[in-house]
Parts: sequence; structure tokens; C-alpha cells
Amino acid sequence: MAESTEPMDTQENRRDFLKYFLGGGLIAWLAAILYPMMAYLKPPKQAEVEVTSVKAGKVGAVEKDSGTIVRFGNKPVILLRNAAGEFRAFSATCTHLDCTVQYRKDMGLIWCACHNGRYDLNGRNVAGPPPRPLDEYRVVIQGEDILISKKA
Amino acid sequence: MKTLWSKTYHWINERVELDGLVEFMGKKYVPVNSHSIWYYFGGVSLFLFIIQVVTGILLLLYYKGGEALAFESIQFIMSKVQFGWLIRSIHSWTANLFILTALIHMFSVYFGKAYRKPREITWVTGMLMFFLAMGFGFSGYLLPWNELAFFATKVGTDIAGAVPVVGKPMMVFLRGGEEVTGATLSRFIGFHVAVLPGLFTVLLGIHLLLVQRQGMSEPLSYEEESPKERKTMPFFPNFLLRDMLLWLIVLNLLAILAVFFPWELGKKADLFASAPAGIKPEWYFLFMFQTLKYIPGKVFVFDGEVLGIMTFGLGGLLWLLVPFWDRKSSRGERNRFINYIGLFIVLYIIILTIVGWIL
Ligand code: FES
Repeated sequence: MAESTEPMDTQENRRDFLKYFLGGGLIAWLAAILYPMMAYLKPPKQAEVEVTSVKAGKVGAVEKDSGTIVRFGNKPVILLRNAAGEFRAFSATCTHLDCTVQYRKDMGLIWCACHNGRYDLNGRNVAGPPPRPLDEYRVVIQGEDILISKKA
Repeated sequence: MKTLWSKTYHWINERVELDGLVEFMGKKYVPVNSHSIWYYFGGVSLFLFIIQVVTGILLLLYYKGGEALAFESIQFIMSKVQFGWLIRSIHSWTANLFILTALIHMFSVYFGKAYRKPREITWVTGMLMFFLAMGFGFSGYLLPWNELAFFATKVGTDIAGAVPVVGKPMMVFLRGGEEVTGATLSRFIGFHVAVLPGLFTVLLGIHLLLVQRQGMSEPLSYEEESPKERKTMPFFPNFLLRDMLLWLIVLNLLAILAVFFPWELGKKADLFASAPAGIKPEWYFLFMFQTLKYIPGKVFVFDGEVLGIMTFGLGGLLWLLVPFWDRKSSRGERNRFINYIGLFIVLYIIILTIVGWIL
């Protein structure tokens, strides 16, 4: 046999080479299968129109001392009108675990039903688990229209 | 009739050697002792799982996925399809009973130290099935796309997102995006009807095979008794018939629950509505959920929520691996420490579940 006449370490080298070659090939092969699968699982970024302001209806249609949820792009925003008739708007997504908050007339507060989180009418977290205040949005009245926009 | 039966048997036997299996079954004995009652809970869980497969397939024939269709299709099942209300109600009730019987089964195995050598793999497969069952519950809860489920899913996936490093990508993976939307629903359907059942079936196969191969475990105290004093009962037909009788009772119980306490559907989820009062996860998540409420926002430099999640994660891992660190029981010695831990956990779960339920 040809092999037996070769020195030992050449044989050894050849075996090592084969081991790495096949091992590397196997890893590459696995990666070629797994990579597309992992990439597939990652949801694609939806081409979202970046919303900067929305019309939230007419001033006359919103009662005093009330709060309503309005859509801001794909996010809920809570529009408050106090007894004096002034408007304010905050992100309606609770800073605790993502529930949607509501205005509680009886408490005069913004309340989250999920774990009894409370915010005052300036959006500050005052009781319960929420760790941060609600982000504020800007409200502009243009004639009869209520416009809500992101604070810069 | 008789000849047809024996001919069929003979035909199969000639090809796959049924005789060995029949002999094995005939020689199988189940130990009889004061703890025998607990042996039945595994069987009942198996029965409930079979009910879930059957009713799940039936529901799937009418269920439609998607934000605009899911809720309506369940409404359709419950109001228009003949016995649709019954099938759905049974599916929901069985899901809850399954978790309950699996929990009892798990704790009885734990306190009996039945996980000790040589049954470590049986314990691990069982525990993995239990985790999958919780996944079944969590994913299935969202499928009717109602208000309660929508917010419970928001909260649940947000908690998963709080895990350091892997949390955020995991949350996006679960939700199919940044927010809980119709994309989340599609994913959950996939998990609930394909991924989880597939994994579960494989684990169940291994689990049952091992139980058959190794037989039932006996409490440590019984192993000391001489073989003559130990009582047994043949698996076939004695134990099996008792099993079946119990299954019949469970089926009746289910029918009563499903008929007299039909499962509510609630209001359709609205992505732009405030969370209603009374948002709660399913009862088997309550104790964890309630714990998270009690942990302050910041503990030293750690985020309270993260700390809670990591503690539960670590606890679950230790629980899963108990056969490997409880060396004493594997050597056949008594280990009281294990009982104290188990007792503490049982009490903890019961108390926090009740507190979470009332508050
Ligand atoms: S999600 Fe609002 S208080 Fe927890």
C-alpha cells in the first residue's frame, strides 16, 4: 500500500486536515440552514407612515371633565379635558406593563386597570407599580379642530 | 367472531411478534400501598390531553385566525354550529383541569421522590411537558381575541421582555413585532396548534415508554419491606379498568362543568380601548403575577421585576433538575429537606393564588 510507506506525521496531518475540512463543512452547512430560518422568524419592519400629528375631533364634541382614547398612528393616546375646558394629551400606554390607561372621573386621575397604577393629570406616576410618568403630547386648537402632535 | 379475532392476531403476530408485548403486559404489576391513589393522576392527565387533541381538532375546523375573524369565528362556533358551545366549553375546562391534575401528579411524584434514580428522564420529560402545558394555556388564551386575553398577552409578553439581554428579542419574536397585534395572534395560533403539540407528543411518547419499561415507583419506605409483604395488582386488567373508571368519572365532571358553567367569550379586543377592570392571567400564572406586584420597583440596584423573573426562572430550573442534586434520595436515603422545600412551594402557590384571586 502506498500509505504505509509515508512517514507517520504526514498521515496524521492528512487526517487532521480532513477532520477540520469536514467539521467546518458541517458547521457551514448547519449555518446555511439555520440562518434563513432565524431570519424568517424576525418580523419585517412594516413600512409605517411616521405620524407626527392627528386630528382628534372638534372641540365642541368633547365633554368637559372627560378623557378619551384616540389613535395616534398605531399607538393609543389619551386626550383629557379638564373642568375648566383645557386640553392635555398623554401616551395611553402604561409605563408599567403596557396596558392602556383610562380617565377616572370619580378619582380625578388617570388609572390603569391592570395593576391599579395611578397617574395624576400631569401624567406623573403617583401610585401603584408604574415606574415612569406618561409621555406628554402637545395639543393645539386650530379653530374648532383639536390637533395632537408629538412633543419635540 | 372468535376465529376472525385470532386470525387477525395471528396475522399481525407473524409479522411483528405481538406475543412478547402481550407477555410483558400480562406480567406487569402495579404496587399497592397507601399512596396508590396518586398513581392515577398521571393517567387522568393523559386522558385530558387526549380530550384536548380531539376537541382542539374539532374547533380548528371552524376557527379562523386573524384580527378581524378570530372573535367572530368563536362566536359562530358557539351560536351556530351544533354543539359548538359544548366543544369549546369542554376545551377550555379541560385545559384548566389538565393543569390541575398535572400539578397534582407532579407534586405527588416530587414528595414520593419517584424522580430518583433510575427515573430521572421520566421526571425531566414530565416537567418539560408541564412547561409546554403552560405555553399551551398562554397561547390558547389569546386565540378568541377578546379584551381580557389581549391585555393579558400584552402584560405577559412585556414581562418576558424584561429578562436581561434575551428579553427584548424574545418579546419581538413572541409578538411578531413591537406590539401585540394580529401578527401576534398568527404566531400564537402557530404555537398552539403546531409547534407545542409536536414537541409535546414526542415528550409524551418518551415519558410513557419509560413508565411502561420501568414500572411504577414505590415510596422509599416500601422498599425496605420484604418482597413478600409488598402488595401488587396486575396492570392488566385490574389497574387499567380502575383507570378507565376514573376517566369516566372525569368525563362526567367535565360535562357537568361545561354545561352548567359554560366558558364566557367576553368582548372583542379593541387595540384602542382602555384596559377593563379585572384583568387577570389564568389562575396558574397568578402566584407569579401576584409576587411581581409585591416586589418593589427597585431592589438595591436591580429592577424589581427583573429580579422576580430571574428568581422564578432559577427556581424552575432547580425544580427541573431536582433528581440530579438530590443525591440522598437516589442512594435510597431519606431526605427531609426536599419535603420542606416542596411543602413551602405548595403553600406559597396556594396562598398567593388565593390572594391574587381575591384582590
Ligand atoms: S400595566 Fe398599568 S399598572 Fe401594570
